[in-house]
Amino acid sequence: MTKTVEFGKDLTGLEGLSVDQISTILDVAEPFKEISERPIKKVPVLRGKTIVNLFYEPSTRTRVSFEFAEKRLSADTVNISGSGSSIVKGESLVDTARNLEAMRIDMVVIRHGSSGAARFLADRIPSNVINAGDGQHEHPTQGLLDMLTIRDHMGGIEGRRVCIVGDILHSRVARSNIYGLTKLGADVAVCGPPTLIPHGIEELGVQVFKRVEEAIEWAEVLNVLRLQLERMKAGYIPSLREYNRFFGISVARLEKAPRDILILHPGPMNRGVEIDSHVADGPHSVILRQVTNGVAIRMAVLYLLAGGSPERAEAAKMENRS
Amino acid sequence: MSRPVLLRGGRVIDPSQKLDEILDLLLADGCVAAFGKGLQAPDGCEALDVSGLVVAPGLVDLHVHLREPGEEHKETIASGARAAAAGGFTSICAMPNTRPPIDDPAAVGFVRAAGEQAGFAHVYPVGAVSIGLKGEEMTEIGELMAAGAVAISDDGRPVADSGLLSRAMEYASAFDIAYFSHSEDLGLSAGGVMNEGAVSTSLGLRGIPNAAEDTAVARDCIVAELTGGQLHILHVSTRGAVEIVRAAKARGVNVTAEATPHHLSLTDEAVRGYRTEAKMNPPLRSAADVAAVRDALVEGVIDSIATDHAPHHYEDKDREFDYAPFGIVGLETALGVCVRELVVGGHLDLPELIDRLSCRPAKIAGLPAGSLAEGSVADVVVFDPESRWTCQPEEFYSLSRNTPFAGQELVGRVVMTLVSGRTVHDGRGDR
Repeated sequence: MTKTVEFGKDLTGLEGLSVDQISTILDVAEPFKEISERPIKKVPVLRGKTIVNLFYEPSTRTRVSFEFAEKRLSADTVNISGSGSSIVKGESLVDTARNLEAMRIDMVVIRHGSSGAARFLADRIPSNVINAGDGQHEHPTQGLLDMLTIRDHMGGIEGRRVCIVGDILHSRVARSNIYGLTKLGADVAVCGPPTLIPHGIEELGVQVFKRVEEAIEWAEVLNVLRLQLERMKAGYIPSLREYNRFFGISVARLEKAPRDILILHPGPMNRGVEIDSHVADGPHSVILRQVTNGVAIRMAVLYLLAGGSPERAEAAKMENRS
Repeated sequence: MSRPVLLRGGRVIDPSQKLDEILDLLLADGCVAAFGKGLQAPDGCEALDVSGLVVAPGLVDLHVHLREPGEEHKETIASGARAAAAGGFTSICAMPNTRPPIDDPAAVGFVRAAGEQAGFAHVYPVGAVSIGLKGEEMTEIGELMAAGAVAISDDGRPVADSGLLSRAMEYASAFDIAYFSHSEDLGLSAGGVMNEGAVSTSLGLRGIPNAAEDTAVARDCIVAELTGGQLHILHVSTRGAVEIVRAAKARGVNVTAEATPHHLSLTDEAVRGYRTEAKMNPPLRSAADVAAVRDALVEGVIDSIATDHAPHHYEDKDREFDYAPFGIVGLETALGVCVRELVVGGHLDLPELIDRLSCRPAKIAGLPAGSLAEGSVADVVVFDPESRWTCQPEEFYSLSRNTPFAGQELVGRVVMTLVSGRTVHDGRGDR
């Protein structure tokens, strides 16, 4: 028995998705993983589709991951970044989008520094819009790839205890993780300096640990967030040294845990600040696995928003094989 | 001089005289000539049957932004005053944060003259506290007053330096004019774009905590107490500020406070969907704050209602939430929102509402308004308190359309507005 799961025009966040939609994206990502392992990494699923990667903020990992996903599905892609485009000439987001639209595109992947920007764009153009990170709001494909990685290694998500550690206040990754994981039945907590924990976070269904030792005692999975160096200049924490001493994830801390803890990090890492190298490169780290899964998740999202049917994902990836 | 007007058979509500009965009202020579039952229409008089309607002193708004000079694409003194007339307001106080700001006597004179020329409402300039609104050097407060300013304020910004604030309030007390305070601790609000709470956290928007207002209101009340100056707190939005004002009043501090129709009716939930028409400063707060502000208005801890009419061009608002400016228009929706929320909602009766929209604000700024007593200026609003209408911003007289009430049903429609006995708005043809 298969239920038909419908997707809207856009993916702007996980908050608005149903359990079935999230599960379907994770399931569809499974067959797409294999494409990246082939010598010829290409299937014609999105042949003829034009996708614009519109990046108002610098990004390496996410942009490259989307670009690989698009190219491996045979889409034509164009990259636009904040510098070196009409954006620096003061063109508004909506005008930039309309101009792209006039060139007959099919999808826009947008990264923007302002919360709500992806939704703003999605409401104004008929193309599919995929949020690749909007301000401090959501980064849904990162949330999905984190969930896929947890599912791969823990055998499921429901009932798992996941703690997100670090700068929750400014983190779109934290919000997408919270929305997605709680929907799929995980127990979610956050931990960090109180200056970096936003007010009212409990109302999103998470518990708060003020001390990382308590988080380690409790968790089966730690998702360790990058500490932006600007946060120190803005006075949220006194120094990186102090942050590392009280909130850094070290081998010594993890050894006190009553169990092995799966370690995730969305990157890029500040080694020696939020995470020590021995942890990042250690046996329980799945940080590079996240990166690999990121491509599969983005292929799944592109495929589903383009109207691909979940049931045909396995067949779609075989189309190129003769 | 316009010809006399006789308003026949309306429900005349004038809280300044504790009046609420079916009467005729005769306006002549720009003043209230008489009120009573069965008044004779003098020769050449225009007699109007206003039975079933409320006749009240014209509404008084101590807090509007008219954008002229400098941003005439958003609003002009004439268009803002026309919007005021449509909303039943006959006296409005124009804040000085224009470009350039109203910080010298010539600028004050310009606003007054432009208001008089437009003729839709009495436009009273508020002069800046500090030169260029920079919070550094005191303006010539006496000269501003002599040129026609009725209060001083750096609205849009607080006077952060407590030393400057105390000197300005002390100095202004010589001229019996109030300091209108935009009370905000900029350190606590820094970077914020909406109320801090569960909604800001879920939207990933930077929050402005209640404490940003509470600490500033407390500081302002203490400085008012120190100097004996007259303090009027603009746009109270938090339950904490309510308690601080209550305590200051109990100590005898010379303080009054106002609330806006939007802080009396909307919560930060209105921001969901990144709706920039719900972005203003102070921001829309929690339901507990709305209830506390409303209760304070009922009790009299908050004295008056003001709109903080803040026009912005749609292009300025049609953008990313972080980049959109703060502020919404309010002149043409205030009465409809207040009747719906406060009168239909069962918190105030009509005389109490008119008291807070007309009599009390007039008293705070010492304006010749807020009364229909014989001999007072013939500023009158005639409205239908039962009429339900849908807020359609494209029909506004304001040049701007930025309102969170678009599409909502409001209750209470202005039928006529008269300024100095002259009809400046006639909505009798409207549905």
